[in-house]
Amino acid sequence: MSQSPFIRIRNVTRRFGDVVAVDDLSLDIDRGELFCLLGASGCGKTTLLRMLAGFESVDSGSIEIDGIDMSRVPPAVRPVNIMFQNYALFPHMSVADNIAYGPRRAGLQRAEVEARVEELLRLVRMSGMGRRKPHQLSGGQRQRVALARALARRPKLLLLDEPLAALDKKLREDTQFELVDIQEKLETTFIVVTHDQEEAMTLASRIGVMEAGKLVQVDSPRTLYDHPKNSFIADFLGTVSFLDGRVDSLSGGMAQISGPIPVTAVDPGGLTVGDQVRMAIRPEKISLTRSPSGAVNEVEVTVEDMAFTGVASNYRVLGPGGVLLKLTQPNMRRGEPALEWEDTGFAAFDPADVVLLRE
Amino acid sequence: MAGLRHFLNRHGKRLVVGLPLAWLLLFFALPLVEVAQTSFTEPRRGIPPFLPLWGFGEDGFFTHFNLENYGLLAQYSQDYLRPAGNSVRLAFFSTLICLLFAYPMAWWIARAGPSQRAILLVLVMLPFWTSSLLRIYALIGLLNPNGFINGMLIQLGLIEAPLRMMQTDFSIYMGMLLTYLPLMILPLYAVMIRLDEDLIDAAADLGASRTEIFRTIVLPLTMPGIIAGSLLVFIPAVGEFVIPALLGGPEQVMIGKVLWTEFFRNRDWPVASAIAMLLLAILALPIIYARYQDGRETALDRADATRGEAP
Repeated sequence: MSQSPFIRIRNVTRRFGDVVAVDDLSLDIDRGELFCLLGASGCGKTTLLRMLAGFESVDSGSIEIDGIDMSRVPPAVRPVNIMFQNYALFPHMSVADNIAYGPRRAGLQRAEVEARVEELLRLVRMSGMGRRKPHQLSGGQRQRVALARALARRPKLLLLDEPLAALDKKLREDTQFELVDIQEKLETTFIVVTHDQEEAMTLASRIGVMEAGKLVQVDSPRTLYDHPKNSFIADFLGTVSFLDGRVDSLSGGMAQISGPIPVTAVDPGGLTVGDQVRMAIRPEKISLTRSPSGAVNEVEVTVEDMAFTGVASNYRVLGPGGVLLKLTQPNMRRGEPALEWEDTGFAAFDPADVVLLRE
Repeated sequence: MAGLRHFLNRHGKRLVVGLPLAWLLLFFALPLVEVAQTSFTEPRRGIPPFLPLWGFGEDGFFTHFNLENYGLLAQYSQDYLRPAGNSVRLAFFSTLICLLFAYPMAWWIARAGPSQRAILLVLVMLPFWTSSLLRIYALIGLLNPNGFINGMLIQLGLIEAPLRMMQTDFSIYMGMLLTYLPLMILPLYAVMIRLDEDLIDAAADLGASRTEIFRTIVLPLTMPGIIAGSLLVFIPAVGEFVIPALLGGPEQVMIGKVLWTEFFRNRDWPVASAIAMLLLAILALPIIYARYQDGRETALDRADATRGEAP
């Protein structure tokens, strides 16, 4: 029994008219996992979420939760609860009544309901605010009430639709960690849907990237970032510079690639001389210096644009042949004279940091 | 020109508020005061058919304050209170029937596609563009013993003799429904269109059945529309006398009819005014009280919010 995954999605398809929202998608999720579905709007991630909750029917394929096929199970009966993007708090009910809504429908005794409401208010650090109405709460408080309400029926699976989208940036960062804490404490399986790659990276133990109704890659955040399967994922998760070239020679585990910028890269295997390749390099893996350092992949560049963000400075530089490189330089020392607009410098990156994409 | 612009810049806001206010004072508040005054005067033969309540005569300032009109209402309460009761009952059930018809209709319109919605709303309001009297006569044409419906049913062989539909409660309520339904649909539609569908999904997700969703979510959240629509129907329905007069039987006298009789047939303006004031009291007091309670609740909510501390 323990071998079978907690959630088993098999070849699920859902169409709306001519549009295939979810296209023959299969996915397994383990018990207690915090899984993130990441994708741009319209990629089908919300449809998949609504199918898990039971609000959308499945055209073909099957969804199993905890070994039980869900195709004939209505939302009210599923061991699943959903936290809506706009929270969908009942505006005419107090915070406590909102949280108690689920347990009351399950026919729990009054004392039991009250105890559970108290417990959940404590969990989301809202004790003593049970009598407030939703419109009297701040955005962050509303989000926490929505979480408490969604957890009140002790679901085996909690679905969160863009849980942090309505919060401002500072609050979002704090809330991310809180959410992970709560998830770890309860050991409930969470599936988070988001279009924000940073949110997905901080929250999730695994991320599934969706595009046009299909899962493109499912991996840990680090693997997705360092070993993206294709240029879509490389581009979607963070910033990346692309270089195109042709494999000139292969020797000693290294590939020499010609192009506007000649590159030496670690051979991931399976390359043959003459292959057209696309290379992706992350901005923080490119160094920028005033004078040449004699490193392997080093090119002379001109600063086209520069933005100071505090932690780091983001550069857009032009290399030979007009190739655009995006790179990030940490501001390690105070008052260090940085490269400015129109300055020339030298950009370099390690052969191991070149991601070779075949497409 | 510059002077006018300067004047408008300085007093424009006051003008915008002031003009309608003056209009309301002149044509709404003053007549009301006039009616209230008249209800305390003594009737007489002449023009106008009552003695002035106060004025300046040969002996200086005089008043003719007269409570007799209200006394008459109390004395002949059977003749006045029964029609009042009839009217309130008619208005109450008309409101209820309108609500029962309008609620699902408004829901259906609010959940229709945006382009259909516009058409459906126009259809709801369309009857308003014809004379209500014409619509009542059309209804009479349908319900008459030799009217369309009876004719059809006899043709089909479903009945032998025509059904009596005219001059019954049925025909009155049909007329009321026909006339007042849009007034109920529109406020209901206005709250339903703003009802977040996610709330319904959330309730279903939390284990609520359809009836529970209706009882705990939809009904409370559409209550403002129910109240607004009910007031819009109830208030004119109490004073309605054309529909009962045309569609109802002679046995049911409405307060509007009594008012009309006192005013035009008996030319007893003071008593007619007293009836009008009584009607106003019956109608306005509960509404003012309800509004007052509503306002207090909102104020309490606010106070709660300011008293509560930040986490």
